[in-house]
Amino acid sequence: MAPAPEVLSPTSPAEAAQAFGDGTGVTVVAGGTIVLPELTYGRLRPEKALLLSRAGLSGVSVDGPTTTIGAATPLADLTGLPAPLGPCTANVADLEIRGQATLGGNVCAGGGADAPRGDVQGALLALGATARSTGAGGEKTEPLEAFLDHRDGRLLLDVSFEQPAAGAFVALDRPHTHDYTALAVSAARATDGTVRVAATGAGSHGQRLPSAEAKANDPAAAGEAALADVSPHDDALASAWYRSKTLPVLVRRALAELKEAS
Amino acid sequence: MNLTVNGRVYELESASLTSLLDVLREELGITSPKAGCEQGGCGACTVLVDGAARRSCLLPVGVLNGAEVTTVEGLGSPDNLAPIQQAFTHHYAAQCGFCTSGMMLAAHAYVESGGTDDQQAITEALGGHVCRCTGYVKIIEAVAAAARGDSFDLATTAASPGMTNIGGVK
Repeated sequence: MAPAPEVLSPTSPAEAAQAFGDGTGVTVVAGGTIVLPELTYGRLRPEKALLLSRAGLSGVSVDGPTTTIGAATPLADLTGLPAPLGPCTANVADLEIRGQATLGGNVCAGGGADAPRGDVQGALLALGATARSTGAGGEKTEPLEAFLDHRDGRLLLDVSFEQPAAGAFVALDRPHTHDYTALAVSAARATDGTVRVAATGAGSHGQRLPSAEAKANDPAAAGEAALADVSPHDDALASAWYRSKTLPVLVRRALAELKEAS
Repeated sequence: MNLTVNGRVYELESASLTSLLDVLREELGITSPKAGCEQGGCGACTVLVDGAARRSCLLPVGVLNGAEVTTVEGLGSPDNLAPIQQAFTHHYAAQCGFCTSGMMLAAHAYVESGGTDDQQAITEALGGHVCRCTGYVKIIEAVAAAARGDSFDLATTAASPGMTNIGGVK
């Protein structure tokens, strides 16, 4: 039998950063909704587990135009925020899961075998969010896009973004025991007029759709253009073919919604 | 670590990463929370943690030191059923019973938080709970009744099983 893992329960962000170190061999447990089944089914046997529930990494703060959300904030606390993030978090799973699952866990989720994970990645990318994390080399604040590429070795502390002038979120859901999102599109117009469009479920993690952004004023054309930015995949929720037929529709709807909201 | 379950304090021996579900069923012998999918998808393991409905299969017990957990055993007793239990009984909202504990605890939390008899709101509150006997209509009727504060004569219910309130059919 494997030795019992070392379990650490830091009580401040500084303690959490110290306990995480450079992340080697550390399994981070925030809400537990992704990690616990892995443990239960024996797919994950951690040497060291870091429980974040008391680490003081939870909460939403608004400072002028900037919103900062702690990594351990439950999704249920975010459902009332403006689009795209509010409706995106309200679309995750169900009431009980949202009460437990955290923003950081969702951002850092690896791609699921049967369904896309990381619903909020698209919404945060559309908001042009930055991620503050700790790990090898110490604390670092960087665009979320950069963070997503090396998130496995980092402990996310919080994400920040400027409240947009307008936002939109549209999703294709498939009824399931809990509604995993097969494909979703978020769009936001920043106060300087920049439009960002991003998808969740069109690749291994959330991604910007620059070709759609370039045609943001023409939603139908933007929808077709978005296909150049993605390599859709097959999984239990939808086929690559279905995703590629649906993406233009969702992009068109998101941009139309954005126009109405502007 | 300490855990209060249904008003009784337990000193636990299970490792911190053990799920609350396993602690309840295996260490404490409280078997109303069911091990259904064990990945958060079915709602059969739902219990109340400090009053909020939570999936016990997804909670590492290490984060619960000092928390108060309520299972169906703590809602009422056979002689003194809680309002939600009376409503489920009266409306015949249980068939095989496997989903019932989770359904009742989610419904109890919904009613306690001021939920109304609005069908859409009840559906949203119970959205994470699966009933494979397809009994949703009666479950929603029961939760609506509990939300309205209906009172029941369960002796009458028992005398005419299943015929008390089937959408107007006598």
